[in-house]
Amino acid sequence: MWGFKIAKSQSINYDRNDKEIMRTVLENEPSLRVCMACGACTATCSAGNLLPTFNIRRLNTLLQRGEYTQLRNELNNCMLCGKCTLVCPRGVNIRNIVLNTREALMKYESDTI
Amino acid sequence: MIMQQKNIAIIGGGPAGIEAAASLAGLGHHVWLIEKESELGGHLRLMYNLFPDKRPADEVLQEMLSHVKNPNIEILTNTQVADCKQIDNRFALKTDSGQTIDADAVLMATGYRLFDAVRKEEYGYGIYPGVINSFELEAMLKNNALKNVKGEVPRRVILLHCIGSRDEKVGNHYCSKVCCVTAVKQAIEIKRRHPETEVFCFYMDIRMFGPYYEELYREAQEKWKVTFVRGKISEAAANLDGEIQIKAEDTLIGKPLHMRTDLLVLMCGMEADTDEPVARALGIERGANRFFRSADNYTRYNSTNLPGVFTAGACTAPMNIIDTIANARAAAISIHEYLGGRN
Repeated sequence: MWGFKIAKSQSINYDRNDKEIMRTVLENEPSLRVCMACGACTATCSAGNLLPTFNIRRLNTLLQRGEYTQLRNELNNCMLCGKCTLVCPRGVNIRNIVLNTREALMKYESDTI
Repeated sequence: MIMQQKNIAIIGGGPAGIEAAASLAGLGHHVWLIEKESELGGHLRLMYNLFPDKRPADEVLQEMLSHVKNPNIEILTNTQVADCKQIDNRFALKTDSGQTIDADAVLMATGYRLFDAVRKEEYGYGIYPGVINSFELEAMLKNNALKNVKGEVPRRVILLHCIGSRDEKVGNHYCSKVCCVTAVKQAIEIKRRHPETEVFCFYMDIRMFGPYYEELYREAQEKWKVTFVRGKISEAAANLDGEIQIKAEDTLIGKPLHMRTDLLVLMCGMEADTDEPVARALGIERGANRFFRSADNYTRYNSTNLPGVFTAGACTAPMNIIDTIANARAAAISIHEYLGGRN
């Protein structure tokens, strides 16, 4: 009547989100947990400075909330240059997170097809 | 109770050493206050004013110094301890000038070292003259000489928090605690003198831990129009005009941000002085952050692993002047108790 059922909710439904990919990546690269969201990675990111929506800090947070749609669309923009990993003050191995997330997404998709 | 006068050697004549000396002398003890520089005061001598009340640093220092004019306090400036030995319950110190000191207790008040920003190569400190550290800015404020590289009043100043703090790439995982509020204090001081100068603070978290600090933060936003950007600058480079070009992420918007500035001020954190010779000679234990480890963080903060050896102030952890004074007084009481001064 008011379009409540047409518009998809934009909120994060943490309970409903699938956490399998997040769990796999965190297991393989637990350093992700210590991110304090300073944004040094995004500031130095070669891809992020050229693309309108690619933001590596944000993608890592989305991963930890089980929000995979944007990850799927954008993670291939990463060129694996590793500058983010160099500047991270907490020593998060961001490059390895990207590799693991790509792998987990691929595996997850082939499993669900 | 009348107790026999005891001898205490205080290593370091900064705020902690000065305050502890005054307290111990007041309790009837004899104190040697040993300072390696030519004057007492430590880093406090380099400061212009102090948060949160903006009281002139020199006024605070002079008031503190008036308390060590006491016949029970022997001040040894330009003096370093060359050797220190523990013999039973006593400590035999030898100074570099050959004087021997026989002490019943030793108080370490050796303070901190400022983080050397050269170690954060990506900011170009020591390469670009437009990149300075927080003590250099403080000196500019003290000498009334806030200038950009062309000798003009800067049009824009950026203060970057957390240099050498919360940064595992330089081995310092801990928060230096005082830099956030120092940045806010300095930002206000710049705007007070030069309202036309734009001032920005780039931060990861704003940690206003003390009384009246939050009010100072609000004052900076509301009255002085300081702009706060949540993001750590990842690198800086000078352009041909000597301006500094910075890169950060504005994390609250989620986009990379570039801007130029006349001055980039690196808010350098505190590090433990790991070369300090007395600590080495005695074998005082240090914690994971390399500052002196307390015997117990709750109930025996000023005690070390060695009976008779105590600590006070920023040699135990990053600490502001207010907490240092309180901590030094607590250390004095701990020493007094150790020497049998309480029934």
